[in-house]
Amino acid sequence: MSGDVVVLGAGMHPWGKWGRSFVEYGRAAAAAALADAGLDWRDVQSVVGADTVRGGYPGYVAGATFARALGWQGARVTSVYAACASGAQAISTARAQILAGLAEVVLVVGADAAPKGFFAPAGGDRPDDPDWLRFRVLGATNPAYFGLYARRRMALHGDTPEDFARVKVKNSAAGALNPYARYRTAVSAQEVAASPLVADPLRLLDICATSDGGAALVLAGADFARARGITDPVRIRAVSTVTPTYPRTLLDLPDIATDSAAGLLPEGARDSFRSSIARAAYEEAGIGPEDLSLAEVYDLSTALELQWYEDLGLCGPGEGAELVREGATALGGRIPVNTSGGLASFGEAVPAQAIAQVCELTWQLRGTAGDRQVAGARVGITANQGLFGHGSAVVAVR
Amino acid sequence: MGSVVERTRKPVVHGWFTQTTGSAAEGFRLLGTKCGGCGAVFFPREDAFCRNPGCAGGDLTEVPLSPRGRVWSYTDGRYRPPAPYVSDPEAPWEPYTLVAVELEAERMVVLGQAAPGIGAADLAVGMEMEVVPGVLNEDAGTTWTTWHFRPVGVDA
Repeated sequence: MSGDVVVLGAGMHPWGKWGRSFVEYGRAAAAAALADAGLDWRDVQSVVGADTVRGGYPGYVAGATFARALGWQGARVTSVYAACASGAQAISTARAQILAGLAEVVLVVGADAAPKGFFAPAGGDRPDDPDWLRFRVLGATNPAYFGLYARRRMALHGDTPEDFARVKVKNSAAGALNPYARYRTAVSAQEVAASPLVADPLRLLDICATSDGGAALVLAGADFARARGITDPVRIRAVSTVTPTYPRTLLDLPDIATDSAAGLLPEGARDSFRSSIARAAYEEAGIGPEDLSLAEVYDLSTALELQWYEDLGLCGPGEGAELVREGATALGGRIPVNTSGGLASFGEAVPAQAIAQVCELTWQLRGTAGDRQVAGARVGITANQGLFGHGSAVVAVR
Repeated sequence: MGSVVERTRKPVVHGWFTQTTGSAAEGFRLLGTKCGGCGAVFFPREDAFCRNPGCAGGDLTEVPLSPRGRVWSYTDGRYRPPAPYVSDPEAPWEPYTLVAVELEAERMVVLGQAAPGIGAADLAVGMEMEVVPGVLNEDAGTTWTTWHFRPVGVDA
């Protein structure tokens, strides 16, 4: 079997606060991806939608919702949900269908319309739902968890708020060059420091916003691409959708407590879930961190981006801040991270985000990323993690 | 006086901590469950099944958790969280402090609010903490009780 699936088309709807339905954003992104692929929607044999929990019933059946919006044409349909990792699950599903010979061309779409402010749990009294409990019992918002991780890094590794601000400065500089980003203005370290504290030690500009947006990919088998005369397409080499292993000893959203670590090695010597996400992707792709040209990581907060450097193996444990200090992860650096501008420049449109990460890899690997272009980009990885134990990483090559 | 409201004390979640009267910290404990098959301890409690994939299964029985532990990390909430967190929208928002404490024996990290008056500036990673009874919120007929963490040696 040829294990590669190719990216024929990538498309996005600009991120922002547009106040319209997620269906519009997804449909626009899908149309852009199809145009990029040079295909008609009626050529698509399967559509996979990444669900949103904020759009009512149409959000829970996103695949069918987008198919209807594009015009029913009989394609096979799938809808998937895995919180922030929904997009990776959609890509994984599409890839599996192609590799299994169930479809030659698959459209993957994710879109969201997010409310202003903190994400909140679904309504009603649900004392069996950890996501409801963390709000009811503790008032523990997502930024509260980001604050805990940031403070832990400061205590363990000596990171400073200035290091966290460097991530925002770097990502906002890249986002200023991206027409799809919501925030397109460079931000200074002084501006980060002057923004209000949200969850000590993190400030407003350390934490990603919640946004409207949509992203889509047209994926196909290698034979289909060859038959259309496409000789050197971007290829998806790995999709990691792993779960944690028991006992899970690192506190994570939306949990109130970890599993017991009694009898285990000290924290620093234990494998983290995030690093296992990357390892699975590297093993499937047959590459290592030294092969990467760039990475797109889920910078829900500035401090979390530094954690991803370590979990992806771009540096050793505790060395993340050093990488951003020396400029290694900036455009023009040794291993640019979040060349798109990251969540810092986009804000989170949950089911679109993992797909948008792969859009950025596609443009970078094609050499069409404009002023954000990483010279000679050949290999990229995306990394992300969804609530309730969803790993997400994609390796793309050209 | 007629203005004194008699409220019933109720735990915000049933079975997560011992019931106490008043604010006496003596003997107050978080409650978890322990698997009779493999010895795994769970908090929040698992009563229906053991989550250890290597365990053939066993009876889950209630166990009190370590009364002390050390700060794993901490943060605060400078902005009002959304419902179902209960707060008076008319009153100015008072930030609260959240502490993640690694319990001594179980070595599990448990989140909790810090006791009133304890701010982020009063805490440090590694500091010894104890679990104490606290009040989450009050409404017309009920005082909703919870657990708080406070540094060892600090009086309530």
